[in-house]
Amino acid sequence: MKVLVAVKRVIDFNVKIRVRADGGGVETANVKMSMNPFDEIAVEEAVRLKEAGIAKEIVAVSMGAPQCQETIRTALAMGADRGIHVLTDAELQPLAVAKLLKAIVAKEQPQLAILGKQAIDDDSNQTGQILAALLGWGQATFASRLKIEAETATVTREVDGGLETVAIKLPAVVTADLRLNEPRYASLPNIMKAKKKPIEQLTPAALGVDPRPRLQTLKVGEPPKRQAGRKLASVEELVDKLRNEARVI
Amino acid sequence: MAVLVLAEHDHRSLKPATLNCVGAAAKLGEVHVLVAGADCAPVARDAGRIAGVAKVLVADDPLYAHPLAEDLALLLIGVAKNYSHLVAPATTFGKNVMPRVGALLDVAPISDISAVISSDTFERPIYAGNAIATVRSVDPIKVITVRATAFPPAPATGGDGAIETIPAAGSAGLSRYLGAEVAKSERPELTAARVVVSGGRGMQSGENFKLLERLADKLGAAVGASRAAVDAGFVPNDYQVGQTGKIVAPELYIAVGISGAIQHLAGMKDSKVIVAINKDEEAPIFQVADYGLVGDLFEIVPALDKALEKALTKSSAA
Repeated sequence: MKVLVAVKRVIDFNVKIRVRADGGGVETANVKMSMNPFDEIAVEEAVRLKEAGIAKEIVAVSMGAPQCQETIRTALAMGADRGIHVLTDAELQPLAVAKLLKAIVAKEQPQLAILGKQAIDDDSNQTGQILAALLGWGQATFASRLKIEAETATVTREVDGGLETVAIKLPAVVTADLRLNEPRYASLPNIMKAKKKPIEQLTPAALGVDPRPRLQTLKVGEPPKRQAGRKLASVEELVDKLRNEARVI
Repeated sequence: MAVLVLAEHDHRSLKPATLNCVGAAAKLGEVHVLVAGADCAPVARDAGRIAGVAKVLVADDPLYAHPLAEDLALLLIGVAKNYSHLVAPATTFGKNVMPRVGALLDVAPISDISAVISSDTFERPIYAGNAIATVRSVDPIKVITVRATAFPPAPATGGDGAIETIPAAGSAGLSRYLGAEVAKSERPELTAARVVVSGGRGMQSGENFKLLERLADKLGAAVGASRAAVDAGFVPNDYQVGQTGKIVAPELYIAVGISGAIQHLAGMKDSKVIVAINKDEEAPIFQVADYGLVGDLFEIVPALDKALEKALTKSSAA
């Protein structure tokens, strides 16, 4: 079967972000960008399905600025077969991304779409669920285990109370949680090979999708800051402070 | 128009986050609660008693014995036209269902709101809580998940909401529940506990979490963990506190052997009082902790256990 994976270019998870003074957003100039960590897990899972002989082809999709091609190249170096880049300078929100993905699904006809459960920039945790709904497909979010058999995906999900297992009909959308797998590092030969793999470029207009945001961001501000407290000398002092100063025990 | 809160429950009782959701929804209009479950009459009764709840819609059907997003979304869109806002807690339950509902209504969902500015404008944390975005929705219906720790819970009693039965919406036929491994614990639920004791990579093993459990039992606390401790297999996933795990804001959070990665701080920095125990005095956790103890946790935790025992016995005698 064919597997579609969606990969987002985000500020690297190790970067301490800076909120712009004008309230217009977060500083992205000269900041290290990487593939969203949950999307790396999604790519890895697709590659493992291919290695297991279940997936025949993996298509990696990214959307946004020209540099998203680098993110696609990372996916190709991990083992995806080809890329699709939707070039746009519009601010993309989950609903628009899902509509664009739906249009690509119509072209590509994959049996499975694997996405990261959330992007670590906007923290929305929506795109997979929205895509599944738009396609009329089943969804298995927060996956920590995935098994494909015939027309069914059996997925173990990380939920607040523990783990839950569901069976969903294929085609379906699966969103990857942290413990689905540990993504590989691309080897140098594979990075070289990835440079020759094809990336098709499309636009929202060509896909017939209006990508304009439906949520207006009015302001991005700093969260309230916590003051660093004191280092104490002993557990007795700690118990005393918790009891008589903070009054929480 | 009224606001509909999707209740999270286990068919016998409401999950506490539902009360926080009602608290948030009350800022937006008259609150109705939707209870979808199987043999869930006690939950419907409890939902009607929440202060400020005017009406409870109950869909009591075996179809809703397990909360499958595909089926719940169909139920919600069937009643959506009567409401200005559809609201659910930003738990794995709400986060699974609500974006699907938004998509079916062609509405951009608003995840994890931490403040209500007006009926169409909300604040929500982004970048692991390192920035707060103020967003305005231009959609006719707002589909929202609520960060429970950001809103005080509505009182569980004092309301007298009318209970109205609604029919099930039918199955989407896309998914089936197979089973669950649910953690059983006598301790309070992590997201609702007054005190949380969490361990990180510094705990070195799952076995060593017993030290924290002992401490937790003295304090009536829940036990949590950093991602590093969960990834290392010390404890199960439902312990995880952080950007992509659970968000907690207890009165007292005790972080033991946790360095304080941004992703962990995102899940606990709204706690009222934070205590950090770590051998590395440069660990970032000390930058958010009110009280810090630098040293070997395997000495400090047992000593703290003893000191607490002494202090707590004294107070119960007094």
